[in-house]
Amino acid sequence: MNSLGIANGFRFIGLILLQVVVFNNINLFGFVNPLIYISWVFLFPFHKNISLLLILSFFLGLSVDFFSDSGGINAAATLFIAFIRLPILKMVLNKTEFDYLLFNFKTVSFSNAFIFISILTIIHHFIVFGLAYFSFQDFISVISKTLSTSIFTILIIILGISLLTKKK
Amino acid sequence: MQQLIYFIKTFRFFLLFLVLEIFALYFTIQYHSYHKSKFVNSANVITGGFYNKLNGINEYFHLKTENQLLIEENTRLKNLLEKTVIDYNPHTYIVVDTLVYAQKYEYTTAKIINNNYSKRNNYLTINKGSNNGLTSEMGVINGRGIIGVIKNVSPQYATILSILNSSSKINVRLKNSNHFGTMVWDGKNYNTTQITDIPRQAVIKVGDTIITGGKSLLFPEGISVGVIKDFIVKNNQYHQINIALFNDMSAIGHVQIVKTLEKEEQLNLEQKTVNE
Repeated sequence: MNSLGIANGFRFIGLILLQVVVFNNINLFGFVNPLIYISWVFLFPFHKNISLLLILSFFLGLSVDFFSDSGGINAAATLFIAFIRLPILKMVLNKTEFDYLLFNFKTVSFSNAFIFISILTIIHHFIVFGLAYFSFQDFISVISKTLSTSIFTILIIILGISLLTKKK
Repeated sequence: MQQLIYFIKTFRFFLLFLVLEIFALYFTIQYHSYHKSKFVNSANVITGGFYNKLNGINEYFHLKTENQLLIEENTRLKNLLEKTVIDYNPHTYIVVDTLVYAQKYEYTTAKIINNNYSKRNNYLTINKGSNNGLTSEMGVINGRGIIGVIKNVSPQYATILSILNSSSKINVRLKNSNHFGTMVWDGKNYNTTQITDIPRQAVIKVGDTIITGGKSLLFPEGISVGVIKDFIVKNNQYHQINIALFNDMSAIGHVQIVKTLEKEEQLNLEQKTVNE
C-alpha cells in the first residue's frame, strides 16, 4: 500500500459518506441532488490498473445504491463511465498532459478538465435517470433532470477539486 | 484453445465490464419489479444502523413539526370523543360483546430514519423490523394521512415503498360517495398525487376529500389522504385527477404501522373462492 492507494481508499469512503449524509438531502428546487461521488472516478490515477478501477467503481456505485435504495442504478452508471474514462481522456487531453499520473488543475488545463468532467458527468446522470424512470414516456423528464442535476454536479466537483488541490 | 485465451486477453477489460454491468442491470430490474424481494436495500445492519445514528442527530431539528402533528392529532381525537358524548343515550344499555367486537387492527409506532421524496421511485427506512413483529405488505400511516407500504424487513429495520413511487397503487375513495379509484404518482410534484379508475358517473368537484377505501388489506377504511386539487375531463371521462396531499412528504418523522389481524383469514377465504 503506497500513499496513493491510501489516499484513494480514504477518498472512496469519504465521498460515499459525503454523498449519503449531505448531498442526498439537498433537494434544491425540490429535486436537484448532485451526485458528487463520481469525482472518485475522475481522480483515479490515469495509468493504474484498469480492472481495479472497474471493480472499485462498481462497488462505489453499489454502496451508494445500498444507501439510497435504488437497485443497481448508480453501480451501472458509475461502471460505465469508468469503462469509457480512458478513451475519453485520450480524446480530450493532449500528449503532454496525458503523461502525468494524476488528474488535477495543476497538470491539466482548465478547459480540458472541464470538458472531460462534463462529458462523463452528463453520461453518468443520463444513465442514472434513464434507469430510474425506465420508460420512454418520461423522456423529457429524464433529459431535464439530467441537465439540471449535471450543472450542479459539475459546478461542485470543479469547485471541490480546485479548492482541495495543494498549491506548491 | 490458444485463440480463446488470446481473445480473453485482448478483451479482458471489456469482459470484466460486461460481467459487472450485467450484475448492476440485474439489481436494477429487480428494483423495478414490485414482487421480487430485493438484495440491494437499506434495511440491513450497516446502512440501517448508519441512518439510525444519523437520525439521532437530525431528530432535534424537527421537534417543532413533530409537536405540531401530535397536537393536530390530539385535537382530532378529542373531537371524536366529544361526538360520542352527544350520541350517548342514557335510556338504553350498551352491551359490549367481546365476541362480536373483536379487534381488527393493531398499530405499532416507528420512526423514519431515512426519507426520500425527490426521486422517481422513493423508499423510506424505519427503525423497526421483524423483531417487532413487522412483515412486508403492512400499511404505514401518520396523523395526517398515509405514507406507504412496508416492502423489505430485516431484524431491526424495514424499508417502506412510499406513495411517491411508480409501483405504489393504493385503493382510495371519495368521502362523500362510495366511488373508489386507485392512487398513483406521476413523479412530478411530491405534494400532488393522481387518482385513476374513477368511474365517469361519479360527481367530483375541487376540494372533495379523498380517504382510503378499505378494499385493500393494508389500510383501515377512512384514513384521510388529501383533497382534489384539479381535474381534466376528456371525452366524458375523468382524464386526470390531481390530489393535494394532507401530508408533507418532505417532513415526516414518527409513523404508525397498521397490522391487519384478520388478514390471513380473509386471504385464505378469497383464495379458496378463486380456486373453486
